Amino acid sequence: MSQDVLSFEEALERFDPVLGFEVHVELNTKTKMFDAAPNTFGDEPNTNVTPVSLGLPGVLPVVNGKAVESAIKLGLALNCSIAQKCHFARKNYFYPDTPKNFQTSQFDEPIAFDGHLDLELEDGTEFRVEIERAHMEEDAGKLTHMGGDAGRIQNAQYSLVDYNRAGVPLIEIVTKPIVGAGERAPELARAYVAAIREIVKNLGISDARMERGNVRCDANVSLMPKGATQFGTRSETKNVNSLRAVERTVRYEIQRHAAVLAAGVKVTQETRFWHEDTRSTTAGRPKSDADDYRYFPEPDLVPVVTTADWIEELRASLPEPPAERRKRLKADWGYTDEEFRDVVNAGVLDEIEQTIAAGASAAVARKWWMGEIARLAKQREVEIADLPVTPAHVVELNGLIDGGKINDKLAKKVLGFVVEGEGTPAEIVESRGLAVVSDDGALTAAVDDAMAQMPDVVEKIKGGKVQAVGALIGPVMKATRGQADAGRVRQIILGKLGVQG
Amino acid sequence: MSERIVELSAADLAAKLASGEVSSVDAVTAHLEQIEATDGTPLDAQDRSRGTDGLNAFLHRNREEALDVARGVDEARAKGEQLPELAGVPVAVKDLIVTKGQPTTAASRMLEGWMSPYDGTVTRKLRAARMPILGKTNLDEFAMGSSTEHSAFGPTRNPWDLRKIPGGSGGGSAAAVSAFQAPLALGTDTGGSIRQPAAVTGTVGVKPTYGSVSRYGVIAMASSLDQVGPCSRTVLDAALLHEVVGGHDPADSTSLTDPVGSYARAAREGSAEGGLKGLRVGVVQQLSGEGFQAGVQQRFEESLELLRAAGAEIVDVQTPNFEYALGAYYLIMSSEVSSNLAKYDGVRFGLRVTPEGTPTIEKVMSASRAAGFGDEVKRRIILGTYALSAGYYDAYYGSAQQVRTLVQRDFAAAFEKADVLISPTAPTTAFDIGGVDESADPMQMYLNDIATIPTNLAGIPAISLPGGLAPEDGLPVGIQFMAPAREDARVYRAGAGLERLLTEQWGGPLWRERADVTATVRDFAATAAQGGK
Repeated sequence: MSQDVLSFEEALERFDPVLGFEVHVELNTKTKMFDAAPNTFGDEPNTNVTPVSLGLPGVLPVVNGKAVESAIKLGLALNCSIAQKCHFARKNYFYPDTPKNFQTSQFDEPIAFDGHLDLELEDGTEFRVEIERAHMEEDAGKLTHMGGDAGRIQNAQYSLVDYNRAGVPLIEIVTKPIVGAGERAPELARAYVAAIREIVKNLGISDARMERGNVRCDANVSLMPKGATQFGTRSETKNVNSLRAVERTVRYEIQRHAAVLAAGVKVTQETRFWHEDTRSTTAGRPKSDADDYRYFPEPDLVPVVTTADWIEELRASLPEPPAERRKRLKADWGYTDEEFRDVVNAGVLDEIEQTIAAGASAAVARKWWMGEIARLAKQREVEIADLPVTPAHVVELNGLIDGGKINDKLAKKVLGFVVEGEGTPAEIVESRGLAVVSDDGALTAAVDDAMAQMPDVVEKIKGGKVQAVGALIGPVMKATRGQADAGRVRQIILGKLGVQG
Repeated sequence: MSERIVELSAADLAAKLASGEVSSVDAVTAHLEQIEATDGTPLDAQDRSRGTDGLNAFLHRNREEALDVARGVDEARAKGEQLPELAGVPVAVKDLIVTKGQPTTAASRMLEGWMSPYDGTVTRKLRAARMPILGKTNLDEFAMGSSTEHSAFGPTRNPWDLRKIPGGSGGGSAAAVSAFQAPLALGTDTGGSIRQPAAVTGTVGVKPTYGSVSRYGVIAMASSLDQVGPCSRTVLDAALLHEVVGGHDPADSTSLTDPVGSYARAAREGSAEGGLKGLRVGVVQQLSGEGFQAGVQQRFEESLELLRAAGAEIVDVQTPNFEYALGAYYLIMSSEVSSNLAKYDGVRFGLRVTPEGTPTIEKVMSASRAAGFGDEVKRRIILGTYALSAGYYDAYYGSAQQVRTLVQRDFAAAFEKADVLISPTAPTTAFDIGGVDESADPMQMYLNDIATIPTNLAGIPAISLPGGLAPEDGLPVGIQFMAPAREDARVYRAGAGLERLLTEQWGGPLWRERADVTATVRDFAATAAQGGK
């Protein structure tokens, strides 16, 4: 028997991987693709429905204009051409999550086609992925299989169907075959889906939450012997729902295909499913290009017509592409490659940009967001962006330090209270009485205590070892619970001993 | 009573309602009584598929609600409120159009007992016009057929001869209007389902321009061909009802944005003295002659003579591609049918059959569809599924769409020479119930629609009006006018003009030639009862 997988290294020594992705993006329009039912997540099952979403006898679809606008924006962001006129079609198949037993989708006339997306890989290089098309369609309802194994359809006693999701607008983005990624194929898979997610989020057209299925990836993998040009047979792993899973799926499939081919067996063209628990894929149903969905033009809808004016208006309204924005910010801020990558990975670009815009320096902004605030987030096991700390807080905090009201140590304490929801830094300093102590009377008493306890240190200072003063500052700080102004304490000590600092 | 309420045209009834001479409750009551007297009683209380010993035009009678609406209209009128023109005039609705509060079955076991939670747009418009809905009329299952024999609830009978078919699919609406059960009815026309029943029952039926009337809430048969339209006994009445239900609907993407036309005015102008003078009438050479019954042809030619005598200019037009229209129609229609009827699977509504053993969803869907659909529906689903299959699509659906374009071009060329086109509506008069053996030759039934189908393919408006009785069998013959898209007013103008010429010749409406329907039904029921024993 042959082994199930070859090592990744061996697989790549012998084969070149070819990838392809179909990413489905759920739009965040107020209503569904073809009817007025609300498009909201997490409501009671079968409440966000109209006769149209349920496919009742007699109903007709009407295209959601906002969804078309979103599709055009996405097409433009992916550098696609936009169709002047395009039809919807019916994809006919019987399945209980599809109320009409056909899906209204675009088939031979996608709204956007022939684009590309440049990905930034970890080694700093760019990799261009060619986009074949982006087309509009509707989502199916959600089936929940009951009584079987772990919600799977196998051995289920019955299935529940929720049509809230039926008719939610989707855009499916299809790449051309991606060749030449080599060992970077898994990383590229992750980077591609991450880029799509970032673009749709940046355009504001999707909530882009993968855990809710807002962005779903079908990953196609095939191998060809090194140096060959003829593609091998592909597998299509459906609904891979996290970036990490996309990366792992591609890696696993490369290893699995390699083992099959190395054993002299043909790869079966089929759909597969990723399992996070076993970190492997299993076969779904065999799929062939001859699957017959009996597509034909949707007779209940008139073609979608786009005008050049409309497209240009939308193009002008597009936000700056995330990749270009990153290049610009990195240059503006003067961070090192490593510093900038850490900032990006921490997901605090917006926060730092706003903090700088509000008056802080790039270094100060990075110091707080990547320092104490990041630590607080990690401690609480949340994303930095989910903490109640705002750029305005950081600027205010920094102002308090610059003004000598608080020191860094106190500032960290203050941030802790900001996270607890006690108010703005200034309010907290006020209400908790956290300002540094610069009242000479209180400080002199503490200094006298410290000097009395450490006569040897006093002697050292008198003898010219001025740096020994730190040993006295420590106990003073402790006595004033950290609120003493360290500079002032030093001045008092040196003054008392008649030593020049 | 010198003139029975039920024999009044809708326009005349509306006038009497407005003047207070007749109340809406009286009008509704009179029509409900006529339905009671002529629609028959079930032949088999256990088996609805056998129908009744009468006309069996109604699948559901909406007695209480109709009377409630009528009372409301009478009260409003008593208070001097401004009311829509047809307020209080009762209407029947083909059971393919969804109605909240009444069952909608499409004459299929699949939907037996299903209650729509929403109103179709045309239903809403009838309610807004305050027209009492008498009930839901019989049809061929899902509107597939030309005889109403394909109803799961028994055939409708032709009021002219109860052994004959009333046409189809809208045989129920046509028979109801013909037999004075309703002054007006709504039908739907995919390949002739309003006009062919009108022709064989001696009534008027109009298929408006595609998109002129909303299809929202009309159970789809073939989306690119279906159109709702009026059934009546006079051209003016059809125009009045068209004005009520027509107009743009944002819920129907294929609905035209044009404002509702002045159809009633066009009808009145057409029937005025000299109303047809100078009208260029094109005789479609491909839609008469060979294959058309002699008596149908004879009456058709007499109509041409009358038109000519009234100052119309009669010209011949050629439409060579009509030869392929029937074939193209059956491919496009059945393709759309196969997809439109996929939703009937027993999962969300309608009939659900759970087979023995371990019922998978596939088995439930399959058993429900096997039990719920009749033979003709299954035949068309299979044909359409085949036509759309990979490898056949281009040859069948693709070339059918090309024929459709050629038919549209034929019409465009014909309308260069003529303002309206004319033909017999159907090649024959009504045939016997059970007289066509479809299992041996379904084409024979399909040929009934040879003259009506081209207009559906082209999306243009057409009217059928009574053209007299065929000498050989004494049954009604229909005359069809066709006009360019969005020129619905022209079919009302021409139709009303010819209607006036014919009724003047006959000395009254054609139905005066017919024996009393109530008596005919009584005799038929008695015979059926004897035959049953």
